Amino acid sequence: MKSAVLGKDLLGLERLSPDQIRLVLDTAEPFKEVSERPIKKVPALRGKTIVNLFFEASTRTRISFEFAEKRLSADTVNVAATGSSVQKGETLVDTAKNLEAMRIDMVVIRHPSSGAAEFLGNRIRSNVINAGDGQHEHPTQGLLDLLTIRDKHGHIEGLKVCLVGDVLHSRVARSNIWGLLKLGAEVAVCGPDTLVPRGIEELGVCRFRRIEEAVEWADVLNVLRLQLERMEKGFIPSLREYYRVFGVTVERLERAPRRVTIMHPGPMNRGVEIDSRVADGPHSVILDQVTNGVAVRMAVLYLLAGGRPELAAAAKRATSPPDPLSTSWRAGAMGAPD
Amino acid sequence: MIDPSRDFDQTADVLIQDGRIAAVGVGLGAPDEADVRDVRGGVVAPGLIDVHVHLREPGNEDVETIASGTRAAAAGGFTAVCAMPNTDPVTDNQAAVGFIVRQSALAGLTRVYPIGAISVGQKGERLSEFGEMVGAGAVAVSDDGKPVVSSHLMRTALEYARTFDIPVADHCEEPTLASGGVMHEGLVAARLGLKGIPAAAEEIMVERDILLAQLTGARVHLCHVSTRGSVDLIRRAKEQGIRVTAEVTPHHLTLTDGACEGYDTHAKMNPPLREAADVAALRAALKEGVIDCVASDHAPHAYDAKEAAFDDAPFGIIGLETAFAVAYTELVESGLFTLPELIARMSTAPAKLFGLSGGTLSPAAPADVVVLDVTARWKVDPTVFFSKSRNTPFVGRTLTGRAALTLVGGRVVHEAKARGAPAPSP
Repeated sequence: MKSAVLGKDLLGLERLSPDQIRLVLDTAEPFKEVSERPIKKVPALRGKTIVNLFFEASTRTRISFEFAEKRLSADTVNVAATGSSVQKGETLVDTAKNLEAMRIDMVVIRHPSSGAAEFLGNRIRSNVINAGDGQHEHPTQGLLDLLTIRDKHGHIEGLKVCLVGDVLHSRVARSNIWGLLKLGAEVAVCGPDTLVPRGIEELGVCRFRRIEEAVEWADVLNVLRLQLERMEKGFIPSLREYYRVFGVTVERLERAPRRVTIMHPGPMNRGVEIDSRVADGPHSVILDQVTNGVAVRMAVLYLLAGGRPELAAAAKRATSPPDPLSTSWRAGAMGAPD
Repeated sequence: MIDPSRDFDQTADVLIQDGRIAAVGVGLGAPDEADVRDVRGGVVAPGLIDVHVHLREPGNEDVETIASGTRAAAAGGFTAVCAMPNTDPVTDNQAAVGFIVRQSALAGLTRVYPIGAISVGQKGERLSEFGEMVGAGAVAVSDDGKPVVSSHLMRTALEYARTFDIPVADHCEEPTLASGGVMHEGLVAARLGLKGIPAAAEEIMVERDILLAQLTGARVHLCHVSTRGSVDLIRRAKEQGIRVTAEVTPHHLTLTDGACEGYDTHAKMNPPLREAADVAALRAALKEGVIDCVASDHAPHAYDAKEAAFDDAPFGIIGLETAFAVAYTELVESGLFTLPELIARMSTAPAKLFGLSGGTLSPAAPADVVVLDVTARWKVDPTVFFSKSRNTPFVGRTLTGRAALTLVGGRVVHEAKARGAPAPSP
């Protein structure tokens, strides 16, 4: 089913408009509060069935989606599937057809191949949410990063955000680049040339080869996870040297002209891409990212299911925000998104 | 009638007797028993020749057979094709070559000239028996589908091939640089998050092969050249008199890596579709003769194999039934090439490169003839293709030009049914 505001699927931030992105962030605001309640549940997606289809190991993203779904009262099923590369392709087509046959409402998919979410979205009527496809995009991570930056700085436009590390293999980096550029931030990437796609400047981002330059420039550093297998494949000589040359350390941050907000999509390799003292330090918003992840995913699920964004917008505008759990919401404003 | 082998381009009659061209001229009389065909409005030309096709038999008869592939070739105006040896089992010995010769004789359609494997099993380790394969009908050797990684093996293949005066055709790809890549390395790949194959992966091997051709004095044929850098290397080599020849596919002449947008697996091939500047350089090189000929690299795959995530789909597209129309529409209609120039690169030149009969309408030549209808506009609909496979990125495109009539040895092997639409499958 196609939603009025986001379309049928959420595949990536590249194809969302700035207004659509803002809408998701605004819609996430009232949902933050739901997770703070003793009874963390609203009936918005009651009766909806959602499959979390994970072809790749994930803890954080899968749990975050599952909480978001459950707090919206959806019925969820988790499917974990792994296999060789050819089997993956075959499984994907067949899985799509089987899911369709079971008349499910939404699929949250994580897959090691770029484009897998789009492939699935083109073949089933259900809404598809990309929870990470290969090295392409991870749109809900991008959205929660945007929400976290907006929470911390009050705005996104004009901020300088630098993605540090393995941009080449990172779907988080791509979603961040698109989201940040669309909302008017200045974006840079920093890492060795072995881990940054050639010609990335053509997307409209700055390029730093030295972490010191990035620290001096940035308001926000989003430190990407360095997959440990990158060393085995020869992209970097050793984790130790990576930390010495590109690690985000307290010493480097102390030389920054301003306080730099520190983000990381997790899971962290402490002492590789990030110093523990930085990760746990006062300017780290890493756990806020995790908290916002649930709210953003609730917003995405709600909007794709046809939920009306003006309720969330109204909730934000009002001096005394209406309670999203009030009787009127329960009575159907959110409960009957069809 | 257009015959680039003799710079012939005028209205004429052709008399075919006993499978050969008997006479060409204006106002030829026909013997009483002759089957007279009035092909006024069409262009009579030497049958098209494709030096690079994968017929998949033996081994993958579900996606193509020698019979279905040569039927597709006939429909595309081809009177001869060279069959690549990456079959299962690999065509790396005289018995395997003989099998292809027999199967194509049984099909009785487009002529098939087998290409033998350079190395046993295409494993890149030791030479296969070139002499015996040539004896059985092979016209060239290649490990196509795979590059010849060992420079020593490539050198010995080039040297040994001199005995039989056959070209060694190489798929130029430096495998450690291309490793894991699924499309051209560029901005589109960066955006889609797909691993790229840099142009240098091809160019390193192009230059290596050129150096080895220079070292050995042998003839190297470079398959499906795709980058502007390769074009520059080949141009320089030819200027130095090194014996290098090259082919280019219709898709590399017309499509860019942008075709991979939306993860369209029908745009996944190896070498990958490159950039607009590469397309322009390839067109210019074909025009100048730096690249010698057009070859389709017809590579059938099952529909469900391509129905997969981009990483998981196989490389390759079919091309026999669209090659002429794509080239005509994009190169001749655009004014870049004349029709005789295109026919030269799709018939006369490939015949010469691989030492095949055909490519000419000279008296006494085999009557391998195509009548081209260059006014026909048709929409590409793979469901009516004679090929058993459907994997083409040109689906839905409206193209100009097709084979109205194809003759092999004077025998009709294809006749288009209705104007404006390809003939339906039998």
